[in-house]
This record gives sequence, structure tokens and C-alpha cells, in this order.
Amino acid sequence: MRRIVLKTLAAGLAGAVLALPAQAQKQPVDVEFYYPVAVGGPITRIVDDMAAQFNKENPDIRVRPVYAGSYQDSVAKALTALKGGTPPQLAVLLSTDMFTLIDEDAIVPIDSLAGSAEDRQWLDGFYDAFMQNSRTGGHVWGVPFQRSTIVMYYNKDLFKEAGLDPERAPADWTELVDYARKLTKKDAAGNVVQWGLEIPSGGAFAYWLFQALTTPNDAILMNEAGNEVYLDKPGVVEAAEFWHDLAYRHGVMPKGTIDWGTTPKDFLEKKAAIVWTTTGNLTNIRSNAGFPFGVAMMPKSKRGGSPTGGGNFYVFKKGSPAQQQAALKFAKWATAPERAADWSIATGYVAVTPAAWQTERMKQYAQEVPAAAVARDQLEVSVAEFSTHDNQRVTKVLNDALQAALTGAKTPKQALADAQREAERILRPYK
Amino acid sequence: MTTRASAAPAGGGVPQAVYGWLLTLPAVLLLAAFTHYPALATLWHSFFTTPRGSRPARFAGLDNYAALRDDPVFWQALWNNLGFALGTIPVSIGIALAMALWVDRRLAGRGFLRMAYFTPTVLPMVAVANIWLFFYTPQYGLIAQAMQAFGLPGPNWLGSRATALPALMVVTVWKESGFFMIFYLAALQSMSPALREAAMLEGASRWQYFRRVLWPLLMPATLFVLVNALINAFRLVDHVVVMTRGGPDNASTLLLFYIYQVGFGFWDTAYAATLTVVLLAVLALAALLKFRWLDRRTHYQ
Repeated sequence: MRRIVLKTLAAGLAGAVLALPAQAQKQPVDVEFYYPVAVGGPITRIVDDMAAQFNKENPDIRVRPVYAGSYQDSVAKALTALKGGTPPQLAVLLSTDMFTLIDEDAIVPIDSLAGSAEDRQWLDGFYDAFMQNSRTGGHVWGVPFQRSTIVMYYNKDLFKEAGLDPERAPADWTELVDYARKLTKKDAAGNVVQWGLEIPSGGAFAYWLFQALTTPNDAILMNEAGNEVYLDKPGVVEAAEFWHDLAYRHGVMPKGTIDWGTTPKDFLEKKAAIVWTTTGNLTNIRSNAGFPFGVAMMPKSKRGGSPTGGGNFYVFKKGSPAQQQAALKFAKWATAPERAADWSIATGYVAVTPAAWQTERMKQYAQEVPAAAVARDQLEVSVAEFSTHDNQRVTKVLNDALQAALTGAKTPKQALADAQREAERILRPYK
Repeated sequence: MTTRASAAPAGGGVPQAVYGWLLTLPAVLLLAAFTHYPALATLWHSFFTTPRGSRPARFAGLDNYAALRDDPVFWQALWNNLGFALGTIPVSIGIALAMALWVDRRLAGRGFLRMAYFTPTVLPMVAVANIWLFFYTPQYGLIAQAMQAFGLPGPNWLGSRATALPALMVVTVWKESGFFMIFYLAALQSMSPALREAAMLEGASRWQYFRRVLWPLLMPATLFVLVNALINAFRLVDHVVVMTRGGPDNASTLLLFYIYQVGFGFWDTAYAATLTVVLLAVLALAALLKFRWLDRRTHYQ
């Protein structure tokens, strides 16, 4: 038995050694490509098909897609591989991971690779709202790929029941409270059976939803250099107080934190009449809602707007120049108008260039699913997603502060003042 | 000089001690490579700063430990973890014992009952956590529906600071009790019926029989279960990841989850090493307690 095992091992080793030169002779440029899956649907198959087609069109390049888990898993895997000396050459990671990747010296600026006039034109072709999370220090570090914003989903049937116009969503904060109050229902014992509004605050995304309140309130949370935050500014505190009051003063939202993952389910179960969540949930809600629903932009306070979200292509520094160029070529190919349109329709992400929305398929899709265009129209007033140096740590500080405020452990003002102090301490080395 | 007697060549010419070492070599190598070396390396790294990009690690002395002392999240995670251990261990051991005594008896459907009690152990924690996530969901979750039937308001179990950690503790107790039951059951099955008969003849009540005979004889099993439970209390974090991610506001953060967050979320590897040293110290203390104190008080047959 042992002899057989040894023989097999020896044969395998010999095979591997012999196979190496054989592969080197063909010399296609190898590009290992990590990607995450963050929304429903057969994403891995779509990505594999994309890579296969690209490889067929470009025989001199071999892109090998590697599914790397959630966004958090993917960045952890990419950085672990980097520390082990074998990072991927290309990866889709959160746009907010940019500073972390720069600080780890993991990636190269895209504009240093994209030298030709055609390349420049390509980089200028993306929506500026998406590029805001790609720029810092005068360079472009990421290529927008699977991007999203926050939108408001509302149940038209429940609107009708409450005597509201199902074709008109609340447009500003006053209306939002007013609508939500009419949409909150209680049973005879006084227990709420249907909430007017749910803004998820559990898990890792509280800061993101918070930006859907601060942006309309005309407050930004950080600078472009990613080393300053403005969490205790009056406009920010006001937004947090509004969020807090929705549950504690107006009684239209559950108290405590609301789970990110179950919010779409609450909506589908008709336990919440209005929910805020990512456009990435559109395909999921569209295929599972047993009622007509509407999609609308974030209600205004002083202005409109939402943060963007989602993932960018990053090209890693460790690859050879040929690999970096091949990686760039794939990113370019994947974001070409036709491709971007296909990807948007298949996944529910927002197509990343205006040119993609001009393709025939996308025009037709926007007509069939007007909801998809809401996210696009909101891009004009959208801002960068919260992202700083030591991003996950600063983000956690903000998330903790928001959860402390929403669970009533601290006043919003106190919580944000504490968060500001803590974030400043973390960011001091990056000034 | 007994060693020389046993180490004398038995005929092959190789001393027995060499055989002994050769036999343990694979285990020793694995332990050294994957347990002892990492533990020492962790301690070593905790005295340095985190290398980032072009900035290499430099010696920082006890800076990381000073940061640890001033880190409120660390203290909260530690207290949470102690509360978690104190809350889950006695309850799961108690339930395990009760279940074992129950299914040890001759009753109809005993096999089915044993299997039912053991089932939670077999299920993967991630799957279990997802099921419980549904149980705890406000409004239409299983618990909320049951409470609605009685006209009670359903709390936001995982979304409130007061209930998030206890909710996770319930899941842990549910998951662990069946596993611990198996050890008690095995111990009970190996007990001689003569003991019980003798006790009954002496006129002992059932409580006296349990308290004076069974419980002392079950001590080795209890000890084993206790050590396992203690280690698990610091080792199990799957449900935290799935159900709360440590929230709201760190109310359900456990030490190991925080280590993961610092290490693989913030990439502050030096600080993660410092936290790991604390975890190792806690576990070493538990082991010491077992060997020095509990072992002496345990009655092995």
C-alpha cells in the first residue's frame, strides 16, 4: 500500500517538473483574478464565461478567475497571498479598500499603466460618482466594475391601503416621517405588526446607510486624502439624530439595530412598507415580491444624494509589466459598453459608464425595468463611499458609534464625538 | 537503573528509547510546527510594530500591551467572553447530565431520543447560526410568532445590547449539550449496576445515590467536559460572524472574533498577536487549573 502511495507521489512530482517547461513554451501571459460574490444569482458562472470568452479573443493571455468569497474574505485572501509572496495580478475588491491596498503597497495606479490616448479616454468614460472612490493623491487606483448606490424600495399595495399615492414616493424627510407614520400598523394589543420604514444598521454596513442620511443633509464624512473625518459636525449629528428619532420619537422604525441581511426579507414579508438597501438587491426583490413595488431615490433634506458602493478592479504591483498590461486589458474589456450592460442586467449592479446605458440592450432593459434607471439618475448627486486610511478600523469606529446611538446606549451627539476622537487617533500617522 | 534495563538492546541493536522517539516523532514535529512555534512567534511579534508596505516592523517593547490596556473594545470582548463562558458552561453541563440520565434509562424510543439530543452537535455551526438567525428575526421569526400568539411584544433579540449576547449563548448551549451528553452517557453505561443495588439495599434515596455515588464517579467525565466547554467558549465564534458580527456596538464581540477582526480586517498583525497572547494566557490558566487543582479533587476509579 505504502509503495503505491510513494509511486503515485513520485509520478506526480515528475509530471509536474516535466510539465513546467512545456507550459513555458506556449507563454500565454497568466493573470490570476480574484473576485467576490456579494449579490444573489449565478455570479461565478457569469465570471467564468466572461474569462473564457476573453481568453478566446486573446490567445496570448490567460485570465484565471478565482472565486474568493465575500468582499471581506476576498481582501483578506488577496492581502494574505500578498504577504505570502504570491498575490493575484488582478482583483475586484471594495472601492473603499483603496487606501488599505495603497498602504500595503499592493497595487499600482491605473493611470501609470493606461498611457495611450485611447486609455485616457476610457478612464474618463466612467460616471464621476464612481470615480470619486478611485482617486487619491493625483492618481487613479481602481476601475469601477460592480457598483451600486442605495435606493428606497416601497410596497405599492401597502401605500394604497394607507391612502397614499402608490406612484409617488416620499421626496423629503418630512414626507418620509409622515408616510412612515401612516404605514406603521399596530394590533389590538398595541404591538406593531407592520413598520413604516426600515434602514438597516446591523452588520458592517451601518456607515453606508448613514451616508444616505448625511449626504442629503449636505454633510460629507471624510476628505479625499482619506486622513481626516468630520463625524462630529452639526450636519452629521443632525442626520444621526434623525435616524435615532425615527425609532424613538416617531415610532415608525424598530428600536435597536436592524439586520442588513433580513431587511429585504422583511420587505418581501410585508413587515416593512419602505426599506432602504442596495440596488444590488433589485434582481432579488423583483423575482420574489408578490406585490407591485416602487423604487425611488433617497429623500432629500437640504439636497438629494446617496453614497456609491461596490467593487473596483485593482491591478497588483507584484506582477510583471506584461501581466499588468494583460490585467488592464481584461479590465478594459470587461467595462466596455456592451460588457458593462450585460453585467448590469445579469447582476443588478449599475452599469458604470454612460456609454453602456446607450447600448440597445440597456435601453430596452431600462424600459422594461424602470427601477434600474433610478440608481443611474441618482448618480448625478451621489458622493464617494466612506473610505479612509486604515479603513476597516475607522469604519468600525463609526459603525459602533451609530449602533450605540440606535440602541440608546449613547446620545447621537455623544456617540459621534467619541467616534471622531477615536478616528483622529487612528488617522494621526497618516497626516 | 530501571531505564537501563528497558533500554537494553532487545536483539535488534537499537535502544528502545530511540524507538520511542521515532514513534512520537511525527506527532512531535506536527506539534512543534503548528502549536509551539506559532505560540512563541506570536509572543515575539507582539513586541514589534505591524509592518506595512515599505515600513518594516520595528521593536516596540510593551507599546502593544499599553494599547491593549487602553482599548475599550478589548476589555469589552474579554468581559463578554467571561460572561459567555460563565453563562454557557454550567447550563450546558447541567442539561447534558439531565439528558444523559434521562436516556440512560430503559424507555421506549430511547435510541430515537438519544439521536435527537445529539443532532445539534452534528450540524455545522454556520448552518445552525443561520437557522437561529431566522428564529430570532423580529416579527415573523419563530420566537416572535410564538410570542405574538400570546399577545406579547417580540423584542429585537439580536439588535439590542441587552439581549444579543444571551441570544448567542442560547445557541451555544443548544449546540453543545448534546455533545457533552455523549460523554456522560458513556460514563453512565460503564457503571456497574451493583453500585445502585447496594445503595438501594442500604436505604439510600435516589438523590443520595446520585449525590454520593453517581456524581463522584462521574467526576472524570465532568472534568473532561468542563475543559472542553471552557476551550470551546473561547474558540467558537462562527455564530458571532453569522448572527451579529459582534454588534450592536460590540455587545456580542468575543475575544477570538475581535482577534480575527484586528488581524484580517484591520491588518494590524502585531496588535492581533498581542490579543492572541492574552487568549493563550487565558487558556493556559484554564489548563493549569485543570491539572493542579481539579485533577487532585477528582476520583478516578
